[in-house]
Amino acid sequence: MSGNGAQKQPLLDLRGLSLSFGGLTVIDGLDLHVDEHEIVSVIGPNGAGKTTLFNLITGAYRPDEGDILLDGESLVGLPSHKINQRGVARTFQTLRLFLNMTVKENVMAAQYGHTRSSIVEQMLQLPRARREEREINAFAEEKLGFFGERLMGYRWNQPAYSLSYANRRRLEIARATASRPRILLLDEPAAGMNPVETHEITELIGKLREEGGFTILLIEHDMHVVEGISDRVIALDHGVKIAEGSFDQVATNPRVVEAYLGTSAAVTK
Amino acid sequence: MSTESPSQQPATSPQIGVDEWVQRSGERIAGPGGLLRLADRTPPVLLLAAFIGIACAVPLLTSNGYVIGVDADTLLYVLLAIGLNVAVGWAGILDLGYVVFYGFAAYLFAELSSAHYDIHWATWQTVPLVVAATVLLGFVLALPSRRLNGDYLAIVMLFFLQMFNNFTTNGYAWNWLGLSGSHDVTGGPTGVTNIDPFRIFGHVMGPGPRDYVFVTAAGIFVVAILFHYVNRSRTGRAWRALREDPLAAEMMGIPVKWLSLLAVAVGAGVAGFAGSVNGAYYQGVFPDTFMFPLLITVYAMVILGGAGSLGGVVFGAVVVNVLLEILRTPDHARWVFYAAMILGLLAKLRPWRLLGALVAGVAVFGVVAHEIVGAVWARGVGGPIATGPTSFTTHGFWATLIRHWMVLPKNTYTAEDYRIGNYAFVIVIVLVLACTALKGWKRWALLVPTIWGACFVWETVLIEQNPVVRPLFLGVILIVLMATRPAGLFGKTRVEIV
Repeated sequence: MSGNGAQKQPLLDLRGLSLSFGGLTVIDGLDLHVDEHEIVSVIGPNGAGKTTLFNLITGAYRPDEGDILLDGESLVGLPSHKINQRGVARTFQTLRLFLNMTVKENVMAAQYGHTRSSIVEQMLQLPRARREEREINAFAEEKLGFFGERLMGYRWNQPAYSLSYANRRRLEIARATASRPRILLLDEPAAGMNPVETHEITELIGKLREEGGFTILLIEHDMHVVEGISDRVIALDHGVKIAEGSFDQVATNPRVVEAYLGTSAAVTK
Repeated sequence: MSTESPSQQPATSPQIGVDEWVQRSGERIAGPGGLLRLADRTPPVLLLAAFIGIACAVPLLTSNGYVIGVDADTLLYVLLAIGLNVAVGWAGILDLGYVVFYGFAAYLFAELSSAHYDIHWATWQTVPLVVAATVLLGFVLALPSRRLNGDYLAIVMLFFLQMFNNFTTNGYAWNWLGLSGSHDVTGGPTGVTNIDPFRIFGHVMGPGPRDYVFVTAAGIFVVAILFHYVNRSRTGRAWRALREDPLAAEMMGIPVKWLSLLAVAVGAGVAGFAGSVNGAYYQGVFPDTFMFPLLITVYAMVILGGAGSLGGVVFGAVVVNVLLEILRTPDHARWVFYAAMILGLLAKLRPWRLLGALVAGVAVFGVVAHEIVGAVWARGVGGPIATGPTSFTTHGFWATLIRHWMVLPKNTYTAEDYRIGNYAFVIVIVLVLACTALKGWKRWALLVPTIWGACFVWETVLIEQNPVVRPLFLGVILIVLMATRPAGLFGKTRVEIV
């Protein structure tokens, strides 16, 4: 059982989070925490509020009530780029790469928040601008190297749109890691992938934690992925947390079955 | 050019699908050919040096004041296009207020170095001050971008342009909140004149365009190099990222709002320098200079050259300004018109037989039309041919050719027969529409009178009216460009995945 966090502060802590659009309540009093070095999966049927949850954490929406704490400090009200610089990076369910930039540039652009040289320094190519440029380059190559041969070599200078779908998904993860986050929010990383690629992504997520040292909050529909890597699974339905625990606990929880399959199925079970 | 034997091709090309094949995909995609490819492969510094060299050689090689003047004007446009490219090409912001910055700088320079307020600061004081003030104005006018984007921002920026024009036109009786009494700020419709020329190291620049060619060329050299470096650094990448996807950029730690402001302001800085040069070079600033026609011209330059490509916008500025300059004189404009028409047909018509038939058809149609009109209405074919703004001829080889092929009413350029051209204009437009509706041989048949009609309208009406023809040509060029190379001559075609 996960502790109640009395002795150890969670990395990401959502407290009583609520959001409604007009009369429609999308997230309703949600409490959720992710501990350092943990992989937490959020599951739930379509429209359960999973992606909205990511949008709240990254500052695209502002919660009506509740608080979002990263390492004890509130993120509510900060602009998205500040939240990213604090250590939260995400990928998108519908890919949002910088398509007409090269593969390497995509990853280099994400380091903006961690570099400081001013436009005048860049114009005059002063030492700091040149040093930072070298560092950005090396860091981008390192991050792309994380994906083995997939995003290496000649692919660096190809535009992102020329990549295959699976590689674009990988590049989005690479871009997110290049913004030096502490926690990665992955929005359906295995969506649209074939079984082999799904397996590969599952291993990659594990590797991101083990070697990259990232904490990961994951939205995923593919239960093989969720089962394979989650320390903890949280089920959402209509913006409410209906179950939390290990994969087996959540998967057999009658309310979860009901949310996915309807009432009668839950009863016959 | 050596031709590769086709039999060699399969031996060297790797198997489809292997890594090497993917790696070489860039070669298989039809890139720019010929000259464009050469320009692509030459180091940018060499291209820039060549451009500056040619521009500076003009005043050394000729003493023709008109040619040097065109050279100076063109360089000024190049500078403006480079500045506009920052917001439009790199950051993807529709900065329709750009001309305000140019005008503001020209006015500010004028007021700091003329008898208007009796201030005559030195050039080394005014130019940095004007540039700094214009950058500041750039930040201020771009503030709506914090809340608006796309079309909405564009409309607000356009409003600033109109407001600037109103202010400069009516600023001769400015009254600060009713407290100060009437006060002449901008000189009103007559503007500010007798502006001091640049004085650099005691050397008085001008009067005349010669010295300003060197000043502007130096400015372009510096600005192009500075911008080249910015484009390759974190700011340039961030601009491109926000052009591609502002939301994703923001979530990847890029402060999108700040970078939008910065893009507009940096562009404004270039316009600030260009505006100072404008004031000193033309020695007068007037409200109507800084209005929509200028905005459209500079935009056309950026779009034609390829927004986002530094070399491209320079090329675009040169092409557009030189072309517009040629169109001023009917004698030169005629060559542009017929050349453009023949090039258009060459590019679009296949097979060659069809092209030959069409040209022959147009020639025969013209001669027949000439004979028929001549027989029915003698005055209808006795007109002269425009050669200059107010000069006409009936002699010479080309004149004879045109006179026997075209119907030129005698009094076209005076009064009575003027309307014929106007009616013909409408008829030609109807014919063009009909051509788009028809298919097959009927279209080709109808194209004959359409082309001849267009030439008729050109010879009897348009050739004399360069204020109409210039924007018309610009429009035609942009339409053709949109159909053939939407990204501009040197621009990279942008791809979206649906």
